[in-house]
Amino acid sequence: MNGASPNPSVASLRAQFGAAIGRSFVSCGDTIVVVARERSLEILRWLQETPSERYDFLTDLTAVEYRDRERPLEVVYQLWSLPRKVLLRVKVELPKDQPLEVESVVGVWRAADWLEREVYDLFGISFRGHPDLRRILMWETYAEGHPLRKDFPLRGRFSRAEQTRQALAIDPEANYSLEELSIADANQALPADVRGRLERQGRPGGVA
Amino acid sequence: MKADTARTGGTPAEAGLIVSPNWVTSRLDDLVNWSRANSLWPASFFPACCAIEFMATAAARFDLARFGMERLAYSPRQADVLICAGRVPFKLAPVLRRIWDQMPQPKWAISVGACASTGGIFDTYAMVQGIDTIIPVDVYVPGCPPRPEGIIYGIMLLQKKIKGETFLDPTLRVEHLPDEKGMFLPPAVVDEVSEPFGNSVHQTRSA
Repeated sequence: MNGASPNPSVASLRAQFGAAIGRSFVSCGDTIVVVARERSLEILRWLQETPSERYDFLTDLTAVEYRDRERPLEVVYQLWSLPRKVLLRVKVELPKDQPLEVESVVGVWRAADWLEREVYDLFGISFRGHPDLRRILMWETYAEGHPLRKDFPLRGRFSRAEQTRQALAIDPEANYSLEELSIADANQALPADVRGRLERQGRPGGVA
Repeated sequence: MKADTARTGGTPAEAGLIVSPNWVTSRLDDLVNWSRANSLWPASFFPACCAIEFMATAAARFDLARFGMERLAYSPRQADVLICAGRVPFKLAPVLRRIWDQMPQPKWAISVGACASTGGIFDTYAMVQGIDTIIPVDVYVPGCPPRPEGIIYGIMLLQKKIKGETFLDPTLRVEHLPDEKGMFLPPAVVDEVSEPFGNSVHQTRSA
């Protein structure tokens, strides 16, 4: 399938962004395109908003580190267009000698929120502009680093005793921020009619 | 079981008993242990796939109710036996510890499956290498996952253990709390029981 015809979005991207679009190829029938890190947010927003592209669904956002230590890390955006039923995989390369940073796409796809937190947690890649970049799978006081990096030992950096001690010291309730637990905050996200009904019942949701 | 036999086998002072066993106390033990062993209310701590086997055990075909366990206590405050079925990641360790601390005495623990007992195949940064580094465990049920017959056998072993207890033994109902460093076992013991074994010795390590 490697010889299959590439997704026409790649040609549109090259016409629109020129040198910011790196190599592209087809793997197992899926088109993969590497874009420049500096313009990644702009390019991804264009893919989402342009009527002829309409990649409105972020299927997955993840990262890869290769065994070859010279190769850069890659942030992978798996895009899907619901109206056009077309799939496109966009990659951003992060060389290891520079800070591992890329623009957050939470403003483009809300789904990127927890996915970027996961990538941050497990790879240590930070997303500029993310509203709430915290660990999501490991607990917040986890001190051993970022487990999916190739230089991370399989059993972790600390002894089992130290890991157990630190684990028993976790406060299970501290895994959620006040924002996640607050009723007042949820109230803002509710539809207007539900909010109005709650207020008429004397439950304004403004619980301090 | 071996330690129990040794304890009750010696003189009352050696065995740590406050009163020497006699006809009254042993009859009372029989009565209390009979009622305890046959109405074990399990607190379910089911983080993973062994829980499916436990569900089968509790369902009609294997019918856990035959052992007085038809009432699953979803509050640890009403439970007698903690059944941990599945792998426990470090993030869940304080939760398991808290559930155990919330259970009133008398209480026992069963570790169901390879992962809960030893960490199983998950000899990784994220996994507790056996819940006995977190809480005291009475019965280990091997298997990946154990068959319902295996779980029932583990429960019957626990019933056998309960029927051998005596209320004169003050060591039985001692709460094993974490020490001032927050450890339930000494660090050297945790390191030792967490040592890799079997195939995991030969696995490829990335560093």
